[in-house]
Amino acid sequence: MGENGAGKTTLAKQLNGLLRPTLGRVTVDGDDTTKKSVAQLSRKVGIVFQNPDHLLFSETVRDEVGFALKNFGFELGVIVKQVERTLEALDLAHYADTSPFLLSGGERKRVALAAVLAWEPDYLILDEPTIGQDYQQKERLRNFILQLNSQGKAVVMVTHDVEFVAECNPKVVLMSKGRIVAQGQADEILSDDGLIEKASLVKPQMAKLFSQLGGFGFPRDVVDVHRAKMLLEEKLSEVKVRVAQGS
Amino acid sequence: MAGTQGEIIAARGLGFQYAGSASKALDDISIVIGQGEFVLLTGPSGCGKTTLCRCLNGLIPNFHPGEISGELLVDGVSVAAETTSELSRKVGYVFQNPENQLFALTVEKDVAFGPENLGLTREEIRGRVDWAMEAAGTVALKDLAPYELSGGQQQRVALAGVLAMKPSVIVLDEPTSFLDPRTAEEIMGAVDDLRRENGITVIVVEHRLDLVGRYAERIVVMDHGRIVADGKVEDVLDAEFDRLSGLGIGLPKVSLLWSLLKRDGLVSERLPTHVESAVKMLSQRLSN
Amino acid sequence: MSLRVLNGFKFSSLKTRVHRLDPRAKFLLVIGIIVPSLLFTNIYLLAGLLLVQVPLLLIGRVTRRWVQSLRGGVFLSALIFVVNFFTGPLVNAVALTLRFLLLMTTFSFFFMTTSPDDLGLAIDKVGFIRWLSRRWLGYPNALSFTFTTAVRLVPTMAVDAQTVVDAQRSRGLELDKGNILKRVRNYIPILIPLLLIAIRRSLELAEALEARGFPGKEGRTSLFELRFKPVDYAMLAISLAGIVLSFWVFFHYKVPTI
Repeated sequence: MGENGAGKTTLAKQLNGLLRPTLGRVTVDGDDTTKKSVAQLSRKVGIVFQNPDHLLFSETVRDEVGFALKNFGFELGVIVKQVERTLEALDLAHYADTSPFLLSGGERKRVALAAVLAWEPDYLILDEPTIGQDYQQKERLRNFILQLNSQGKAVVMVTHDVEFVAECNPKVVLMSKGRIVAQGQADEILSDDGLIEKASLVKPQMAKLFSQLGGFGFPRDVVDVHRAKMLLEEKLSEVKVRVAQGS
Repeated sequence: MAGTQGEIIAARGLGFQYAGSASKALDDISIVIGQGEFVLLTGPSGCGKTTLCRCLNGLIPNFHPGEISGELLVDGVSVAAETTSELSRKVGYVFQNPENQLFALTVEKDVAFGPENLGLTREEIRGRVDWAMEAAGTVALKDLAPYELSGGQQQRVALAGVLAMKPSVIVLDEPTSFLDPRTAEEIMGAVDDLRRENGITVIVVEHRLDLVGRYAERIVVMDHGRIVADGKVEDVLDAEFDRLSGLGIGLPKVSLLWSLLKRDGLVSERLPTHVESAVKMLSQRLSN
Repeated sequence: MSLRVLNGFKFSSLKTRVHRLDPRAKFLLVIGIIVPSLLFTNIYLLAGLLLVQVPLLLIGRVTRRWVQSLRGGVFLSALIFVVNFFTGPLVNAVALTLRFLLLMTTFSFFFMTTSPDDLGLAIDKVGFIRWLSRRWLGYPNALSFTFTTAVRLVPTMAVDAQTVVDAQRSRGLELDKGNILKRVRNYIPILIPLLLIAIRRSLELAEALEARGFPGKEGRTSLFELRFKPVDYAMLAISLAGIVLSFWVFFHYKVPTI
């Protein structure tokens, strides 16, 4: 996370070799990125770019999703199976023979995601996946990411959507002006005034709320609505009981 | 309703179907918007928000062909009777993608573009350009090229270009989608300031209610081409919270929190729409 | 020949005297230099024409970029020299090489010191272009408009091109492998997205411009205006004189190469 120009996308591009470090080293599963090609590194590290229009060129969604598999030299039989599986997982099966250009914005974003998931990279990088999505689409995305993560895939999200991050509560790496200024859990980082200021972000609503309720003994690192509810529930019930006893 | 001097937008039974589409994008829309209001137009993807906005400045049906039915009046004149060019004097439109609205090689030339089209004298154009750039906070960017600007700066320039037309209504269609949260808040604040200082009616299309909820007085919710809720933000959120979350609208987290607490009988007040009111109400309760 | 030679034709946004000259006057100056350099092969004349531009380049503070572009043109100049060396007298080879460098310099000078903005304004004033624009596109300023927009979009499209290349390489596309046929085919996943992005962008831009009143009524005014200053008239006069003189001499005398 970080403001525009902080270096988030630049860092992401280092992870699959699109950019190479001028100082220091980047290794993926132990391999130095300067010793491998982008195609080789992409087998393990898949980047889903922000704008799906930068990817789409095929006649059908099926072809589009299978493109990378062809490039990586998979067998035809394997390609067909993988494509079917990915289309199912992303609810795109009914569009398999449609031209990707006829789909809506949100659907094209799903096709772009499918195109990268098709080869099941171990590390998935999503560049601003929530831009332009409505709430339902974001919910679906969130569940999907959590599912992928639970299957053992590493997921890296480049984003400045603090509310979305608050809902997922992942580990957060905060960047500003080309440097990493903090690393930690989302609830610690997003509730820290100083860090938020440095990275030109805004606090999630829950953090804003609880930072102003400190006087009542609440912790400050609350970003999730349900945790907020539980904490408030406790105190409010106490108050109710006290009031009842008092009268 | 905000204090109005008159209706600036009035739609009656407005309907529209895009050419080549099988279903209606707008279905029997009837709405009245008063001068100086700040309206938040929201709804799930594909509900018709953008379609409705395009009708306001004539992009529908002139740029996006299709079948239009019903009646739509802007500033007392029927939209069907005017061209987009004529309507651009009354209704300004700021689009979602900051970069694709700027065509000129310098900011100043881009802002001048609109007034130039109006056939004004050079002095008038100069006056409008200077005023618009000042109002939108872009004076320092005068000689820069579009690609040299950040997303937020580009949107400010787009806003300046629209202001230079001196419209009575400004429509902003998801103007902050591509911007980071802090810049988004700045832009929204700037838009609200402009509204108060100039009496401009503002219509913002936005998914994220927490961003705009602070400024908007009125919310209009659409779904499948119809208006399903219309009223003051606090009223609609309080009365229709469950239905709205079923529609998949990005409701403010404080409102969600409150509705959960309310359901368990721990609070009884109306849903807050932003953090400040929630803080006040909670502080009161907890201090008892 | 590296791409750096293109730097010698890119506009350098300074505000020197030369930059502020009216682009129409500058263009006639360019013609005024091209005409004699194409009509004659006299080495002294060609060298003179080349040298006469140096002070202009100096005032315009673009000499470094000019030298860069010359360096890029070394290969072609050497080629011209060698080919003519073996097919004619030495002096010819020298003259033709000089002419090439001269022409390159002139165009380089023009593009480095004239902003695309001003070019757009200049095009907008030329009667013939306005007529053509009205016949073809319906509005007199449409052509100059198209030109300005195209120039404005170049850096944006360059960024998009790089992003598309990045995105497709991240899907395993290898642009530097394979035989010539495969390499050409590998550019399809680059060109199609770029084309579509360009189209989509144009449509969005058109929509935004119509929403700001384009094309407006017939009486469209322009905030900025090109105005001839005395120095522009002087240049016009000199250039015209030079062109007329060149033709007159050409038809009356035979000027030797040396």
